[in-house]
Amino acid sequence: MRRFFLIAPPYAWLLLLFLAPFAIVVKISLSDYALAIPPYVPKFSWDEGIGAYLSQLDFENYIFLTEDDLYWKAYLSSFKIAAISTTLTLLVGYPIAYGMTRVPSEWRPTLMMLVILPFWTSFLIRVYAWMGILSSEGYLNQLLLWIGVIDTPLIILNTNAAVYIGIVYTYLPFMILPIYSALERLDESLIEAAEDLGCSRLKAFWLVTIPLSKTGIVAGCFLVFIPALGEFVIPSLLGGSNTLMIGKVLWEEFFSNRDWPVASAVAVVLLLLLVIPIVLFQRNQQKQQEAEQ
Amino acid sequence: MNKTSWFNVVSLTLGFAFLYIPMIILIIFSFNESKLVTVWAGFSTKWYGELMHNKAFLDAAWVTIKVAVFSSTIATVLGTMAAYVMVRGGRFRGRTLFSGMIYAPLVMPEVITGLSLLLLFIGIGLDRGVLTIVLAHGTFSMCYVSVVVSSRLVTFDRSLEEAALDLGCSPAEAFRLVTLPIIAPAVISGWLLAFTLSLDDLVIASFTTGPSATTLPIKIFSAMRLGVSPEINALSTIMIAIITVGVITASLVAKQQLVRQRREEQDAVRS
Repeated sequence: MRRFFLIAPPYAWLLLLFLAPFAIVVKISLSDYALAIPPYVPKFSWDEGIGAYLSQLDFENYIFLTEDDLYWKAYLSSFKIAAISTTLTLLVGYPIAYGMTRVPSEWRPTLMMLVILPFWTSFLIRVYAWMGILSSEGYLNQLLLWIGVIDTPLIILNTNAAVYIGIVYTYLPFMILPIYSALERLDESLIEAAEDLGCSRLKAFWLVTIPLSKTGIVAGCFLVFIPALGEFVIPSLLGGSNTLMIGKVLWEEFFSNRDWPVASAVAVVLLLLLVIPIVLFQRNQQKQQEAEQ
Repeated sequence: MNKTSWFNVVSLTLGFAFLYIPMIILIIFSFNESKLVTVWAGFSTKWYGELMHNKAFLDAAWVTIKVAVFSSTIATVLGTMAAYVMVRGGRFRGRTLFSGMIYAPLVMPEVITGLSLLLLFIGIGLDRGVLTIVLAHGTFSMCYVSVVVSSRLVTFDRSLEEAALDLGCSPAEAFRLVTLPIIAPAVISGWLLAFTLSLDDLVIASFTTGPSATTLPIKIFSAMRLGVSPEINALSTIMIAIITVGVITASLVAKQQLVRQRREEQDAVRS
């Protein structure tokens, strides 16, 4: 009985404020757009019963998503942007995580702190910091012009390149931390053994270090890829008008076009697409936990 | 010790430069005299002065702090309960659904969480404002709190709780006198995490707020869309300073507590 009072409040809270809202999204994604407040026609009523409701269900909002180029292009381009930025984050993050395990151990907590600190700082501010750097009269262009590498300012802000930089910058701690913790557990003597057996340093790194840090690499990639896919702030501040990302499309569909049924359908499809990487991520985490035990 | 090769030194230097130079530039140019953010025209603190007179920003900051305090407190209570149930509760009906609902918000895109909560609030006819943002923030932060607290609950020695029960404590007393003091650092860092997440959130707040409540991130975001401005630099600098001091203090306190706790645990085992 006592346990019931402990379980009930968080359970009820999550049912009401997490699960129920989803049911509503799914329901609205199946209703029709209308010029009204709220801007959709509810198709379900208790008087007619569930049978009548189900018999008149159509998936026209979903069909609309497949017919209009904008949506599937936005999904594809979100996948592409998320995949490219995840790869870049890995390439930037791995050497940092690796370097952190090579310094004297009394420095490590400080370096760790330096990696975590930006994570606590406002996301908006970290994205904003790049607007000043990347704009055509920004600091980067000033520097490059001054050195004489370029004659005319590069256009980086409001392109996909700026979005990649923004994602790499803001999600870097998520990549570094899991890789660092995988590398830190790595048994040094395995690498020495490989070297004793005639491997070059590079070959030992490739054949021993990388495979043994695989769980960290996979975890880091998912931690970057999953949130990057639905990202809204970075494409709207750093991206241009032709940067298509599904988070931005959903936002505009809802706030500018006020088409709630289509916005809801966009959300449902995005969620279904995310289920795959999320399940893979959890399997990776489980494997890692089992390996530790 | 020849572990730190030149390659590692270079990658660490470049890596941390990449992480910190944008922030440092932002801070430096908040002290710029000129309205043009990208051209240096001499030292000045006038943008900070102007910020102090900007009523819209001050009001938004007040709303944000209110939301953060309430939502993180709710999140900490519910999140700690959820963590306790998950780690110590044993089996109960609907446990799988419960754990799913706790982990799902961590990976959910913010646009979806925001959209779904807004549709709920409209559906039940709740006026949008501070209350709805608090409910929304409380929901996703409680999941973060429960992850932080349960990671501490998993590692601590259960026999301490059992000893208290054997010595005549009621379960509630055992929780208050033994469990709570041990998990306290995790509960506090959970609260801090929830607080920062709430301070930081733009997307969910934009969906769930109404005309009566504008939070600081919403205000900052609409200003940022117009381009770079020295006032935002000044505001960002203040926020960075607060967070930096906060994080460093919190980590020092946590470290001290950990040392003390280890010592107490050792003493308890010895005697």
